[in-house]
Amino acid sequence: MELLPTIWFVAIALLWTGYLFLEGFDLGVGMLMKLFARNNTDRRVLLNTIGPVWDGNEVWLLTAAGATFAAFPLWYASLFSALYLPLLLVLVALIFRAVAFEYRGKVDTERWRTGWDLAIAAGSFVAAFGVGATLALTTTGLPLNANGDREGGPFAWFSGYALLGGFAVVGFAIVHGLAFLALKTDGEVRHRARRWFVRLLPVLLLPLAAWAVSVQLLSGEPWTWGAVVVAVVAAVLAWSFARRGSEGKAFLALGVFLVAGTASIFGAAFPVVLPSTINPDFSLTVINASSSDYTLGLMSIVAAIGLPLVLAYQAWTYWVFRRRVSASHIPEAHSFLPAIAAKAMVIKD
Amino acid sequence: MDALEIARWQFGITTVYHFMMVPLTIGLGLVVAVMQTLWHRTGKTEYLRMTKFWGKLFLINFIMGVATGIVQEFQFGMAWSEYSRFVGDVFGAPLAMEALLAFFVESTFLGLWIFGWKQLKPAVHLACLWIAVVGSVFSAYFIIVANSWMQHPVGVEMINGRPVMTDAWAVFTNNTALVAVPHTIFGALAVAGAFLLGIAWYHLWRRRHDGIDTVGPDGKVIPGQADIPGRDLTDHSVWIRSLRIGAVVAMISFAGTALTGDLQGKLMFEQQPMKMAAAEAACHDGTGFSVLSVGNVGSQNCDDIVAVIEVPGILSFLAKGDFTTEVKGVNSLLPEYQAKYGTNLPDNPIYGDRAGQEIEYVPVMEVTYWGFRMMIGFGGMAAFAALLALWATRNGTVPASRGLMRLAVFGILAPFGANAAGWIFTEMGRQPFVVAPNPDPSGIDQVFMFTAAAVSPGVSAGELLTSLVVLASIYAVLLVVEVKLLVKYIRGGVASAMPELAHGRTRGQEPGDDDEGPGASGSTKDGRPGAPDDVLAFAY
Repeated sequence: MELLPTIWFVAIALLWTGYLFLEGFDLGVGMLMKLFARNNTDRRVLLNTIGPVWDGNEVWLLTAAGATFAAFPLWYASLFSALYLPLLLVLVALIFRAVAFEYRGKVDTERWRTGWDLAIAAGSFVAAFGVGATLALTTTGLPLNANGDREGGPFAWFSGYALLGGFAVVGFAIVHGLAFLALKTDGEVRHRARRWFVRLLPVLLLPLAAWAVSVQLLSGEPWTWGAVVVAVVAAVLAWSFARRGSEGKAFLALGVFLVAGTASIFGAAFPVVLPSTINPDFSLTVINASSSDYTLGLMSIVAAIGLPLVLAYQAWTYWVFRRRVSASHIPEAHSFLPAIAAKAMVIKD
Repeated sequence: MDALEIARWQFGITTVYHFMMVPLTIGLGLVVAVMQTLWHRTGKTEYLRMTKFWGKLFLINFIMGVATGIVQEFQFGMAWSEYSRFVGDVFGAPLAMEALLAFFVESTFLGLWIFGWKQLKPAVHLACLWIAVVGSVFSAYFIIVANSWMQHPVGVEMINGRPVMTDAWAVFTNNTALVAVPHTIFGALAVAGAFLLGIAWYHLWRRRHDGIDTVGPDGKVIPGQADIPGRDLTDHSVWIRSLRIGAVVAMISFAGTALTGDLQGKLMFEQQPMKMAAAEAACHDGTGFSVLSVGNVGSQNCDDIVAVIEVPGILSFLAKGDFTTEVKGVNSLLPEYQAKYGTNLPDNPIYGDRAGQEIEYVPVMEVTYWGFRMMIGFGGMAAFAALLALWATRNGTVPASRGLMRLAVFGILAPFGANAAGWIFTEMGRQPFVVAPNPDPSGIDQVFMFTAAAVSPGVSAGELLTSLVVLASIYAVLLVVEVKLLVKYIRGGVASAMPELAHGRTRGQEPGDDDEGPGASGSTKDGRPGAPDDVLAFAY
């Protein structure tokens, strides 16, 4: 097995895992804006837990996609063109979601807020679903021809695996979002988030577990089966920690669940990065889809320097904003008077 | 329209749109960082207000750049998969580096800046903004390295029919990129300069119109204050300083774009002679620069074009730095291109229905000719207007004329137009190539790609049309929303970005007697009795 393509396969799996771990909870919090928050103060508490970090989290997606382009151009080209319409939906969702975060508080009317709240919740749902479907399909296969292009029309990608992956990431994101809220908020929201976490975890993590198991059935190896076991144990631990009120430990255990889950999925898929369901000979692998060793070597140096830095300053951000947010922290909406008036009262000294 | 044409329209529309937000982000980011630095150094409250006000507009615009930027990265794989397969070994690296080394920095440190006003020490908070702004400049560098490789491929060898990177240093110090980066940064500053100038002009005009500022017998301004949040004495100084900063930035950046643009032009005459001939709508070899050419410049038939006003020698100067060298026109370039790269597209299924068609080596000259002139014209107009504005405001306020105020506000659009025209010119002028051949005899002549071969073979025209319609509609709606929000916050003045001003701390302030220096960091100055000690600046 060639070393550099293997390293980059692991790197891309790590980038996706980092994306799911970090953006996972802000996608979850986004969906909870509609599912969980009861009033505008709740919603502002939710938003301000992820406010300083969501944009940095989203860059993990851009980096995962960019690294795939650089390290495995054929994987990037085939996957993204085959999933043209689903990825269009993801883009639309991410556009609305990003703009909504920034614009929601800029006009102080109920209608304005309700509209953007919907954009955040629906955008988070669609983005999570689309990313999940994309990742599931890259591990279970697409109808690709010898050139790596999709056969069978715009919806040829549709399969049970697409739905399974979609629900897997949506379910995980909601649970992860609840764990994050229990950790980052105080007061009633914190306790309710913990209760919801305990109640929903067993159901909402099932799709991800099912996806991991189905990839094992296709191409599992002993160690990846082991990772599935670790994931299940971590999920049970997360659940029991939350029941006992250890929010930090529950969050960490859920993180272990994710890492073990994605490791089992990517590990079982290796060395295939994108199977062809038409003919196994057309499948893209770490060898036939990768860039030259020169490019991979260059990218390895850049990543070896860049990624630890990113982790360091992103960790610092979480440290800076480590305090819990509660309803009592939320100031009144700032509704300002325009600086122009029909008649200005000029003040004479 | 077939898939290729729809994909091209989509790329054009989404890129031009994205590049309305980007230059304002880069330019305004730099300017706001300078403002906050001035506040940090001097403690003068007008600089804090400028930071807050322009920072608010910066953020309203920034998010649109973020949102539309994701489309750009996904689009290569979605709509241009053959292109991605062909160039991935060399083109993917700068894109990945842009995300890893620039976007992470930009987004993370901007988050710290937005929410960290009360949480971070003033110097650290300021440093976060500078780091974010430097990140945005780096992102410009990486994406221009990628684009420059399409204009002038270097640092690769053809292996198994694909360019493979062999010399990263050559790719990342491509001379095309080294001049395009400063050109783009200056272009971004020009946008920020006109933005400051137009909006500050509006507020100064409004203060006069509302009778707050008056003009003494010597013509000098007498600043006043009014019973409106934010409209105090300091407010006058906010706007006149902003206006002057804007005007100076606009003028310097035009000089910068002209100098770097000249270097780019000289490179381009060597690297893509057909693009520059098309920029001139020059059919025959010559030395003259066309000020006005009439006839159908879009025609492929050169006899339709007559240069009405032509300045002798200038074209040679633009191309070579002297006034006598003959610059090749379309008529002599065309046979050279045909001899080197063929007269017809190969009979390869990758070209779809276009296989075997004749290759149009001459770009759409209406676009290149006018794009080139709009870029220079809009940029020059903005710089000249900035000079006039400095003179017109020498007494500390703007003329009372409503018409001039409107002109200053509409002038904001000029550098946007120049930026868009410049990119449309350089991208359309590269056609029919998506990767233009490097004509240097020692270079890598076989590395080129026709745009006709780049589109995703597996994606249908219907899918592309769907995404074009969806994205264009969303972009149109969001542009309306963004502009409405910008207008709302602009009209609100500084108080719109500083709630504390709206809470009655506006009267009787003299410039300088404000205690909101960086040491105090404004942490408990929100004027609300019993307000909790906020842990965040609560942007949301």
